[in-house]
Amino acid sequence: MEALTLLQWTFDSLIGLGLMWLAWRALASPQLFRAVVLFVAFGLLMALAWVRLDAPDIALAEVAIGAGLTGALLLAALARLTTAEKAHNEADQSGKRNHAVRTSRWFPAALLLMVAAGLAYSVLSIPPSSAGLSVEVAANLDISGVSNPVTAVLLNFRGYDTLLEILVLLLALLGVWSLGGSPSQRAAPAGPVLDTLARVLTPVLILLAAYFLWVGAHAPGGAFQAGAVLGAAGVLLLLAGWRPHPGFMQLPLRLVLVAGPGLFLVTALFTVVMGRHLLEYPPERARILIVILETAEALSIGTTLAALFRGERPQEKERQ
Amino acid sequence: MSPAIFYALVGVGLFCLGLYALIVHAHLLRKILAINVMGSGAFLVLAALAKRTANAAPDPVPHAMVITGIVVAVSATAFALMLMSKVAAETGQAELPDRRSE
Amino acid sequence: MTPSDYVASSLLIFGTLFFFAGTVGLLRFPDVYTRLHALTKSDNVGLGLVIAGLAVQAESWFVVGKLLLIWLLVLLAGASVAHLIAKGAMRRGVQMWKR
Repeated sequence: MEALTLLQWTFDSLIGLGLMWLAWRALASPQLFRAVVLFVAFGLLMALAWVRLDAPDIALAEVAIGAGLTGALLLAALARLTTAEKAHNEADQSGKRNHAVRTSRWFPAALLLMVAAGLAYSVLSIPPSSAGLSVEVAANLDISGVSNPVTAVLLNFRGYDTLLEILVLLLALLGVWSLGGSPSQRAAPAGPVLDTLARVLTPVLILLAAYFLWVGAHAPGGAFQAGAVLGAAGVLLLLAGWRPHPGFMQLPLRLVLVAGPGLFLVTALFTVVMGRHLLEYPPERARILIVILETAEALSIGTTLAALFRGERPQEKERQ
Repeated sequence: MSPAIFYALVGVGLFCLGLYALIVHAHLLRKILAINVMGSGAFLVLAALAKRTANAAPDPVPHAMVITGIVVAVSATAFALMLMSKVAAETGQAELPDRRSE
Repeated sequence: MTPSDYVASSLLIFGTLFFFAGTVGLLRFPDVYTRLHALTKSDNVGLGLVIAGLAVQAESWFVVGKLLLIWLLVLLAGASVAHLIAKGAMRRGVQMWKR
């Protein structure tokens, strides 16, 4: 453990205190729009904390998914909320408002201070130095097919977690679709600036996603970051008023959404049928398997995130 | 105190702050924000504890778990936001009713 | 410290001064249009100086190319988003501040 300079300590404490302060202001702000904006800023500061903790993969994922896409989802939900409240207030003039005010806030506060003290005590009593699983991962890195240890863990050693995770993402989309989506917002037609921005940025974002996919094998990057960039491209296109061809919205959309988890499931089945453990790749095919799985996953994740932002279930084709 | 333990303590603070806001606020969007802050605090604890390795490279397994967690958090947030929109469309507000007014 | 360290440090410090000025503008300017003006200045010039400072210390020309790409993307996104925010505010009827 190297001795840290005063400068590094100042930097760390600024980030730490900034995180706490931003979280407090975001949660306590009386206006919801300000709360959402502060939450996005909180996510960006978290990315700095990840970099400080030597976790560039997490930093990329946090900025793209945690700050960017979550911010877009929150702002879209806030817009739907204000229209729903306005519509309901016009229809129902009874004037009954429920303003839930907890008059006794000190009891939860005292309870949580005790919880915080307990958690801080357990954090402080953890041994200050522990190798965790880094030794085992480093020892087995050459048979994993990639040289970035996080990608190796995500796509190879703990591929089971990743399989379940993309299934959860698909499940969330199914949940949103089965709720029927919300009435489509009457957005203003996109002006020339937004139009040009979408046209210029979409190819750049697709290239960036491909770069993240490729570089994730030996440097920070990977399928989730690539999928998040593709999702951002989808959100940008949706905001600029682009809608996919109606023929795409039926079967091809579902195929793209299912491609990532489906391919993963097929691989899992194959490994079991071939007599290996679940998701144990043969070392000589591990690299190409990871590339194929990551590409399918990135496509599915990007499409799922853009579909989550849109929220509306694709309309059934009219039956003649 | 190493930076790892410091960030873990910040994570604990964020988690408890988020939990307090979750309990205290009645508005659903604030609750969703609070859950996200709790999640970020938990991830911070995980990744900070991963940095306790003796050499320079941190433990990659908690990093993978945090990336998984971020994606799951955004899925849950998207679903929760759609549920909140449905509640608002039905009742005209996105707040949980106060116990005393029922 | 080598001469390139001095050059890089001074570029970084000047960039930070622009960011500081932009933040003061965000906090002190009276309406949304003037605040956007302050923010985009700090985004464009301040980030440009910071990236120039980092490029001086970069390991290879490839890294310099990536840094320039970051600056161009931020320029594009920043200018477009500032325009969109101002247009939205104008449509919503936010009045410009007059002395």
